[in-house]
Amino acid sequence: MDTYLNIALPKGRLGDQSYGLLKAAGLGCPELEDPGRKLVFANPENLVRYFWVKPSDVAIYVERGAADLGIAGKDILNEYQPDVYELLDLGIGRCRMAVAAPKGFSDDQRGTLRVASKFSRCAAAWYDAKGRDIDVIHLNGSVEIAPVLGLSDVIVDIVETGTTLRENGLVVIEEVFPVSARLIANKAGYKFKEQRIRALLDRLSERRS
Amino acid sequence: MNDFDIQREMSGLERFIFTLRALYGKSGYRQYQMSKFEEYDLYARHRDFLASEQILSFTDTDGKLRALKPDVTLSIIKNLPDRPEALQKLYYDERVYRVSSGSGRFQELRQLGLECMGAVDDGSLSEILTLACLSLRQIGALKADAPDRGDAILELSQIDILRGLFDSLRLTYGQWDRLLPVIQSKNLSGLGQLLSQFVPSPDARELEASEFLQRIAATPGDPKTMIALLRSKAELVDQAAVDQLERLIGTLSEDLRSMIRIDFSLAGNSRYYNGIIFQGYVQGVPQRVLAGGQYDRMMERMGRRSKACGFALYLNLLERMFEGREGA
Repeated sequence: MDTYLNIALPKGRLGDQSYGLLKAAGLGCPELEDPGRKLVFANPENLVRYFWVKPSDVAIYVERGAADLGIAGKDILNEYQPDVYELLDLGIGRCRMAVAAPKGFSDDQRGTLRVASKFSRCAAAWYDAKGRDIDVIHLNGSVEIAPVLGLSDVIVDIVETGTTLRENGLVVIEEVFPVSARLIANKAGYKFKEQRIRALLDRLSERRS
Repeated sequence: MNDFDIQREMSGLERFIFTLRALYGKSGYRQYQMSKFEEYDLYARHRDFLASEQILSFTDTDGKLRALKPDVTLSIIKNLPDRPEALQKLYYDERVYRVSSGSGRFQELRQLGLECMGAVDDGSLSEILTLACLSLRQIGALKADAPDRGDAILELSQIDILRGLFDSLRLTYGQWDRLLPVIQSKNLSGLGQLLSQFVPSPDARELEASEFLQRIAATPGDPKTMIALLRSKAELVDQAAVDQLERLIGTLSEDLRSMIRIDFSLAGNSRYYNGIIFQGYVQGVPQRVLAGGQYDRMMERMGRRSKACGFALYLNLLERMFEGREGA
């Protein structure tokens, strides 16, 4: 029986920060700190296994049980709505999902608004709630240039400092929802490894407050 | 001569179904066979009872819009005569057609389940819970690699208890609909935020109800602990519902009782469900393999006076388990 706790970490800064929190909560893994080209790391002393995964894939690994736990931003969770437990707001990776448009833009509320976004579901839900007709243009990256090139009127995207927007002549016109990193869990995994996961949750919550 | 041996030839899945059919049969359940298609209207009218919104439909040669069943229960409710004083116990082995969240396309899923309709009482409910637990145990017993007792968990919840708390908070159905997915994902911070939004200036009782709801949604437990917790809030929690929960669990053998976790993040739509709802998990499968509950309210909505309770097993999730990895 596999008694390891399997944790999917998002590649990049968020993953590094998350590992820091997990290490401080007793789930350190020396192998991970000296990686080479490996992507899977195990610590037989505290029975934890980590792997690096594309950020937008963490939720899939967790939903399908390849990982018991994972770290994913609220943006990803709202977009893909995986069937997982969302156990804790880690309070890191803070940013916001926002509507941005070229400076001076105003929506005359007439006709169909063209909205470019990596997060088409979130964009559609936002405007649906307002009863505003939109044409969603799904892009996979460099969303900021869409209004500049006349591809869309506005964008719905993650904003942190706002520098990228400013550099492309865009400003935030509305905040859609705040984003931060969440600890997610596979529902079945939670049931069979409940004690370990609850103990981890307690330690993580303690450190946060 | 041909020394064909059916026992040897049966696949793991076939063996499992055969074993469960015998188990259900011994408890007085009879197989109910269904037609492949139903009128589309049946599902369109009860969309939010369905697991997935999309329905595989077609126009038949008589001009009627029909559907390949996305669900079995609705069809059984519609086709079975309403006999509230009797007890109709049936099981089924059917295929349903749903959109897979992975591929986004329709797929055929095999579902084995049972329904008990009519004068459903504690005896029937206890029998159903027992059969659900035994079904989960059977999965472990028939695993391809290293058959074992099989770690399995039956998660149990009680809708009337949740509903009581919602009523204390004076929540509308619309607010309940928004709270459900948050509770189901054990999202405590989200739950706290929504409750503050829905009940901005709670009085003492509302505050207590809100805190208790958050507590039981976040923290599952063994039956003894959870029942003690529910009893400690007699003024907030429907004690008749707690009595029923305690009684039902008490009728299970000690061995089966050890499989039970009471978990209020298992919340259902109270427009359809009342009383107990439950889900089953087995080690090695990442999603629930069994789901069921009492659904008198759904019966009422369809103009039936009978009570009803049942569960379904999602066999497509178990295929790999019975066949082993090679050749899967």
